[in-house]
Amino acid sequence: MNELPQQLANGLILGAMYGLIAVGYTMVYGIVQLINFAHGEIFMIGGFGALTVSLWLPSDFPLLAQIPLMIVFGVICSVAVGTAAERFAYRPLRGAPRLAPLITAIGLSILLQQAIWKWYPDATKDLSFPQFDADPIAFLGADIKVNSLFILIAAPVCMFGLGFFVNKTRSGRGMQATAQDPDTAKLMGIHTDRIIVMAFAIGAAFAAVAAVGYGLHQGQVSYLMGFIMGLKAFTAAVLGGIGNIYGAMLGGIVLGVAEALATGYMGDVPGMELFGGGGWKDVWAFALLIIVLLVRPQGLLGERVADRA
Amino acid sequence: MTALLEVEDLKVAYGKIEAVKGISFSVEAGQVVTLIGTNGAGKTTTLRTLSGLLKPLSGSVTFDGKPLRKFRADQIVALGLAHSPEGRHIFPRMTIEDNLRLGAYLRDDKDGILKDIQQAYDLFPILGERRKQAAGTLSGGEQQMLAMGRAMMCRPKLLMLDEPSMGLSPIMMQKIMETIVELKSRGTTILLVEQNAQAALSLADQAHVMEIGKIVLSGTGQDLLHDESVRKAYLGED
Repeated sequence: MNELPQQLANGLILGAMYGLIAVGYTMVYGIVQLINFAHGEIFMIGGFGALTVSLWLPSDFPLLAQIPLMIVFGVICSVAVGTAAERFAYRPLRGAPRLAPLITAIGLSILLQQAIWKWYPDATKDLSFPQFDADPIAFLGADIKVNSLFILIAAPVCMFGLGFFVNKTRSGRGMQATAQDPDTAKLMGIHTDRIIVMAFAIGAAFAAVAAVGYGLHQGQVSYLMGFIMGLKAFTAAVLGGIGNIYGAMLGGIVLGVAEALATGYMGDVPGMELFGGGGWKDVWAFALLIIVLLVRPQGLLGERVADRA
Repeated sequence: MTALLEVEDLKVAYGKIEAVKGISFSVEAGQVVTLIGTNGAGKTTTLRTLSGLLKPLSGSVTFDGKPLRKFRADQIVALGLAHSPEGRHIFPRMTIEDNLRLGAYLRDDKDGILKDIQQAYDLFPILGERRKQAAGTLSGGEQQMLAMGRAMMCRPKLLMLDEPSMGLSPIMMQKIMETIVELKSRGTTILLVEQNAQAALSLADQAHVMEIGKIVLSGTGQDLLHDESVRKAYLGED
């Protein structure tokens, strides 16, 4: 059986990824009350963008120097797709019944998956992602792969930057105002359409960073990777309280750690031997969601708000 | 001299239902103009159209020489038309100070903004005392003060106030009306929508009575205050 520090480290790594992706769900939901089910695919596109850059570079180009380029290009791809989706798929449906953009999002998700499957070279198989060739680092009793360090550094940096943006900049305050009351935000002189694009762009950029972390950690990317990661990240966003950016990260970490602990220890619980191991981890994740929603429907950090009239 | 705001034959509809059926009026710089009338007369719809939140069916609105049809709501604020909406709509989870700051969203002059925030606190001392408190914790009257202070933060050429006295205690209503008089004496041009006809008419230079989407009577505030039909319909006299 694995040691507790190792399980916690695994959970944190996974949770940081969920959390970064969850920010995209939560920001978009907070502003336009849309669950962007294509967000998992925006994440996947970021991973393919990053991989593409590394394939373009000469094979002796050092990986550490590749990473900034992979981030930049991954972010460009994700943001381009994310903002185009907003502009051409969701904006025309603003003011339509909620079901219309939701179904559009699901359709877009399938479209993006299939487009990569069909047109990205060899994407019908898993594609291997560049890897650091180094020994794991021992930290407080856990062995952390060098390839997994990226997400552990990137997640707090991104969250700190986002906190600064939202609370300390004019556009950030404009974003908060738009989330609270869009019409009144317009009366303050806020160009709310631009704020909405910004929310999509930030969410997409964070998803791309998460995708670089995913590629390094897993050692591969696949056209299907956005499905389960997107679903988990959405779960994390709801768990943390949808609409709350810190809640998204908290939800991600709680979910990741819970999954890792359940995977490591559930089989040791008397009577639960059958449920040990990684095959059940998704069950534990969604069971946790159900429990939290029963006890605290607004999520961990969510506020109870009345539906808008 | 042309008026600051010129509304001509404005029609606004929600789907097929016409809420404003062709109204015309104007606001001169320095004036207080009021639209009075019962619920559903189209007063709020008119203001929301002027500020660009609703698109008109037809008619023209000229503000400061520019046709407003061509501008988005946020651009209309930039032209100098501020709107304190019905129901106050302060940002409840933000502090009072941040609410005021949002009113100055389009301004870049930091010192000027600080000065204007201070001015809002001078006008409404209670806001200054609670500047770091979430705006949602204020009473209705205090929220109204905040909404008015916030609308003034863009240094508007025209301030539109929608039902500032709605749901307030008589004392608070008195305070709000005194503030409007104070703003007027400072030269602020105001378009005031009110159900409290007595208060609105007594401070307005020009007044228009709206009924089901039309202006049925216009005159100076004093004229309408003494008009028999107005006294019967809106001031509760037999």
